[in-house]
Amino acid sequence: MKAAKVSGKGINWFDFLYKYGTLITIVLLIAFFGLATDNFLTKESIIGIFRYISITTIIAIGLTLSLAVGGFDLSVGSTASLANAVVISMFVWHSQNMFVSILVVVVLCVLVGVINGFLVTSFKIQDMLMTLATMFVIQGVALTYTRGATISKNMIMPSGDYAPGSIPAVFGQLGKQPWIIIIMLVAVLIVHLLLTKTKHGRYMYMIGGNAEAAKLSGIPVKKYRFIAYVLAALFAGIGGMVLAARVMTAEVNAGAPYLMDAVAAAFIGYSVLGSGKPNAFGTFVGAVLIGILSNGLIMLSVPYYAMDIVKGAVLALALGITYYKRKH
Amino acid sequence: MKPNEKVKLEMNDISIAFPGVQALSSVNFQMMSGTSHALIGANGAGKSTLMKVLAGAYDHYTGSITLDGKQLPIRKPKDAKDYGIQIVYQEVDMLLIPNLSVAENIMLEKLVHDYKGKSIVSWKKIHKEAAEIMTSVGLELPTGKLVQELTLAEKQLVLIARSLTMDCKFLILDEPTAPLSDSETSRLFALIERLKQEGVGIIFISHRLPELFQICDDITILRDGQHVISAPIHSMDQAQVAQHMLGTQLEAQFPERSSNAGELAFEADNIADGDKVHGVSMHVRKGEIVGIAGLVGAGKTELCRILFGAAPKTQGDIRLDSKRISYKAPHQAVAHGIAMIPEERRREGIFVEDTVGVNLTIANLTPHTRAKTWLSRAKERLAAQWMISKLGIKTPNDTTRVANLSGGNQQKIAIGKWLLADAEVYIFDEPTKGVDVGAKRDIYSLIAELAEQGKSVIFASSEMDEMIGITDRMYVMYDGKVAKELVTAQTSEEEIMFYSTGGQAG
Repeated sequence: MKAAKVSGKGINWFDFLYKYGTLITIVLLIAFFGLATDNFLTKESIIGIFRYISITTIIAIGLTLSLAVGGFDLSVGSTASLANAVVISMFVWHSQNMFVSILVVVVLCVLVGVINGFLVTSFKIQDMLMTLATMFVIQGVALTYTRGATISKNMIMPSGDYAPGSIPAVFGQLGKQPWIIIIMLVAVLIVHLLLTKTKHGRYMYMIGGNAEAAKLSGIPVKKYRFIAYVLAALFAGIGGMVLAARVMTAEVNAGAPYLMDAVAAAFIGYSVLGSGKPNAFGTFVGAVLIGILSNGLIMLSVPYYAMDIVKGAVLALALGITYYKRKH
Repeated sequence: MKPNEKVKLEMNDISIAFPGVQALSSVNFQMMSGTSHALIGANGAGKSTLMKVLAGAYDHYTGSITLDGKQLPIRKPKDAKDYGIQIVYQEVDMLLIPNLSVAENIMLEKLVHDYKGKSIVSWKKIHKEAAEIMTSVGLELPTGKLVQELTLAEKQLVLIARSLTMDCKFLILDEPTAPLSDSETSRLFALIERLKQEGVGIIFISHRLPELFQICDDITILRDGQHVISAPIHSMDQAQVAQHMLGTQLEAQFPERSSNAGELAFEADNIADGDKVHGVSMHVRKGEIVGIAGLVGAGKTELCRILFGAAPKTQGDIRLDSKRISYKAPHQAVAHGIAMIPEERRREGIFVEDTVGVNLTIANLTPHTRAKTWLSRAKERLAAQWMISKLGIKTPNDTTRVANLSGGNQQKIAIGKWLLADAEVYIFDEPTKGVDVGAKRDIYSLIAELAEQGKSVIFASSEMDEMIGITDRMYVMYDGKVAKELVTAQTSEEEIMFYSTGGQAG
């Protein structure tokens, strides 16, 4: 507040761009792609973008929770892969109903979160390194479980028979609009309320801000860090199941590509409206930005395999702005 | 180094100021090589600053440093080293490279300076030279051992050995014995004796009077950045030294209070952490202010952290209202009604990036919520504003960032959050450190008021006048143990200082 007054002309440009830069960029990108392509601004295209970003957003929301307590869950992509593989296999291999299948995945993801939470709170190892290790472990478990192959309806089992089960149509609906978009919005809303309106969210931010001071203020730091990792894994699991519902198969490592998008979305989110902290709304805006960028570039015929260059650059920019801001 | 060649080091009229503090005013210091000289003073007296000037850590001091009458223009560490003045700082780990070998660490300065322009290092030669110096300081280790595997005492010897690789006429040791055991200390003293024989002048900073009398020839005492006295050490006794360290101080303004100690509230039995605290027992009554006196490094902070569950203890029991309680983390201690205001305010006591309101309610958020979950901004604001006016916190409003407030006001916030939490036992660790006079007075009356309300207060401080001014009773700590229990009305600052510096009742 003070800085803005001191800078003479009344506006501190860095602060202004920091707060509104992401939103302005989104508007500019929409204008640009709208002019540069014929069908960017159609209803189908816009719904397409939301559908495209929904899985990224759900996974990124979980990641945001781990960032809020000063952690960093790198294993969310692998957890999503695992959830994807397990839910499809429950249907196709084991002919289970939706309730059982989803329950199994939820229990499994909570277990992943418990393991991550235990490891990061029990050892003095940086969260990012610890979850880098579990990322590979979980990815390996998912691969081993699927024997390194894609699971799909009517696949041929090792015994030579066709897989017995089928994927319920209701489950498939979860991967189509409007449900996929509704699930995403509900996830954003829940975490937004948790972080900004509840005692627990306040505690999580305090832990992320200064863990030692939080501990000495009587906040059960380990418990909240633990819970954050369980929730991160749970949201990654939901993301993986929605992915399964959308593609109706379990590809090898299907969740892995979502990791970088999720990280980028969450870090872009730091700056949205000047919050300076990981936050649910910001993460959503970050995902929208990435979604617009990807879809727009695809329409401009930029090949999919070049997309990581753009996304990586956007992530580097978001990180640069966040860390620059912290020092100033 | 030629043993017979005695040189005289003089520091004349040294003054240095930092923003807001005149750290040294016209201090004189002189000594001969081949002698050992004790430099002593209470916390903040300027001992370390004076030695840092000598070691070239500052370039904005006034005054002169001479060697046998010849001016030494020391403005940077390299200058001091070139003139043969070497320093071993207290924080040994900051000066060592943990993942390199002992030999490489010892020869570090040589590697940097002697190999300018060369690229190829003869490791054989380095290890051989290092081994010779290690023998001379009594360090019996393989030269290839990594420094991170060494004990503190060994690391210290590595640093002393490093000083000896260069021209070393004067060696400054800043509180070298603080982390050492008795046998390690006597090994160090033997080395100091030998270095003296070889003509090195040793400047020895320590809070421990007995060892100064054991090892030093002369003594210089500083107080509040000024030179008090220099004399042969045996012309004084420990009590006189303690007196010179204290001098006559301006009376701080302490609140009038009469002791109204009630029944026993908080007891700790034989507390130890296997490191800095060795078998401390203490008790506090309701409405009583009990001091933990002692100099920096006596183990006060460590004890406070253990009592609050913020650091693990290896033995000991804690009882509250005669019931044994156990807790392993601060949030469990808080549930028993124990609160602590930590020493390192900015790092541990407050959230500088957050608002005054958030900081004040964080220790007890539940009453400011609906259904124990949903934050109520209105309730929070009300509580924060009440506390702001109660403590006289100078802030535009409750949404101001704490980073923008002064140290005294930040400390009031660190205390205020626990007043809102309404604990029964309050532990204060150096609550007036870095706080201006006006805020100090406010903090004292706050603490007195807590006792008035029947709360138990533990007050740790290295300021002796605070012990006299605010407490009912105190435990004087030295080397992680309670050296003496004193009743405030029957003691003096001199007596506290006597026990704080290792004096024995005799």
